[in-house]
Amino acid sequence: MLYDTYTVFWREMVLLRKKFKSFFAGSMVSPLLYLLSFGWGLGRNIQLDSTSYLDFVVPGIVALSAMNASYSGTGTSLNVSRLYYKTLEEFLVAPISVVSLVLGNVFSGCFRGLFSAGLIIIFSCFFGANLCLGGWFFVSLLLTCFVFATLGLVAAMVVSSHEGMSRFGTFVILPMTFLCGTFFKVESYPGAIAWFVKMLPLTHASISLRALAMNAEFPLVSLLVMTAYALILFILGVWVTYRVE
Amino acid sequence: MIELKGLCKDYNGVRAIDNLNLKVKVGEIFGLLGPNGAGKTTAIRILTTLARPTAGKVFINGKEVSRNKAGIKSEIGVVSQTENLDRQLTARENLELHGRLFKVPASKRRARIEKLLAFVDLTARAHTAVEYFSGGMKRRLMIARALVHEPRLLFLDEPTVGLDPQVRRKIWDLIRNLNGQGITVLLTTHYIEEAELLCHRVGIMNKGQLIALGTPAELKARVGDTVVEVPYNGETRYLVFENRKKGLQHAATLKENLVIRESNLEDVFVELTGHKVGV
Repeated sequence: MLYDTYTVFWREMVLLRKKFKSFFAGSMVSPLLYLLSFGWGLGRNIQLDSTSYLDFVVPGIVALSAMNASYSGTGTSLNVSRLYYKTLEEFLVAPISVVSLVLGNVFSGCFRGLFSAGLIIIFSCFFGANLCLGGWFFVSLLLTCFVFATLGLVAAMVVSSHEGMSRFGTFVILPMTFLCGTFFKVESYPGAIAWFVKMLPLTHASISLRALAMNAEFPLVSLLVMTAYALILFILGVWVTYRVE
Repeated sequence: MIELKGLCKDYNGVRAIDNLNLKVKVGEIFGLLGPNGAGKTTAIRILTTLARPTAGKVFINGKEVSRNKAGIKSEIGVVSQTENLDRQLTARENLELHGRLFKVPASKRRARIEKLLAFVDLTARAHTAVEYFSGGMKRRLMIARALVHEPRLLFLDEPTVGLDPQVRRKIWDLIRNLNGQGITVLLTTHYIEEAELLCHRVGIMNKGQLIALGTPAELKARVGDTVVEVPYNGETRYLVFENRKKGLQHAATLKENLVIRESNLEDVFVELTGHKVGV
């Protein structure tokens, strides 16, 4: 199974290598925009409790960037591969397990997410952010990438048109971008909305990454919620991939 | 080698395949002939595990086919109707990926890929990205890809659709060559000529059902040896005769501009369904 997973991942990496320049340039745009607008422009003079807004917002932007890169890295390419180029068929007729096919694609999405998040972390240092980057921070980051890469895979296997994928992004990914505590604390919402927002995975990605980056209380609950999301979405991903025709 | 028992497939309540029963023998080139929408591609998608039957069973070498049976997948090669190569990868990388997916040992893989590139006459383009290939080159590469793991059974879904006559004949030669090496071939086509010239046996499909089965000669014998095409009110009427002599005798009684020719599988299709194969 490991060999098959690696083969699926290998193909993604060969493709990535061939378009690395555009991938690299594309990965830099969002992080720079977020850091310039929210971190530097808006946040330079804002003070939150005892910390700077930049230190507060960077972990949120890391979560956001990891979400977008992992989701689109798996979802968009897999959906195009399934519906347009039909290259997914090559994997479906091959003697590899569905679990390997799912894991190979999800790991590829994770790689893109980690790369994008890594760029944010590097840039934020130039902007003067102070982050505590321990082992748990990277565990949390990896978990974030895994959750959104599997979400991308599920969407790619279920949605039956490119327009549908775009709509999925508009109704699921875009709201999370602005609602899930990336730019401000979710406690700012009134009761019912806060309760709803706290159910979304990006909220827990932001909370856990922020707590770990700012050396605050260990975010056990958020990490457990993220793990639950990862498990549920992975099982769902295997199921929809098994069912796809 | 291949056995289909009572195969049915529904798509959104529409029956695409209706009680298909069929046996394909070892070593033959078997063709499923029929118009678009006859159910040929659906049948091949079920045979290659890309789709699941609504009812019925499919056996390959005595083993029932299903998505998660790696053993069966290793024994078959698949060339889809739609070009599904990785366009950004080179010809060699496409074959390399297939070899890895089918667990061809690295020591053997390289030599096998070289041999196949030579077989399909693409050695000189081995390092070119597929996006720069012509339709015929892509189709040849797809055939090579399906052979990397040395399957004994090859499925080809409309292998020459959209290709010009010269390239089509090249693909036919490739298929004959493979069959000569002992590979059993099941192909679908809506080209009459392809079914007649290439296949040892042909199954004619229409509206999801198998309506005739036999060698091209057996099927043609059902309708007669000679066809006289007679223009009639802007359309063409096809008169089928047991032999050429009878056809000529009848033609002598008519005043229109006639075409007298040997019968073909299209005449069999017209006889059975009342309309032409078309596309």
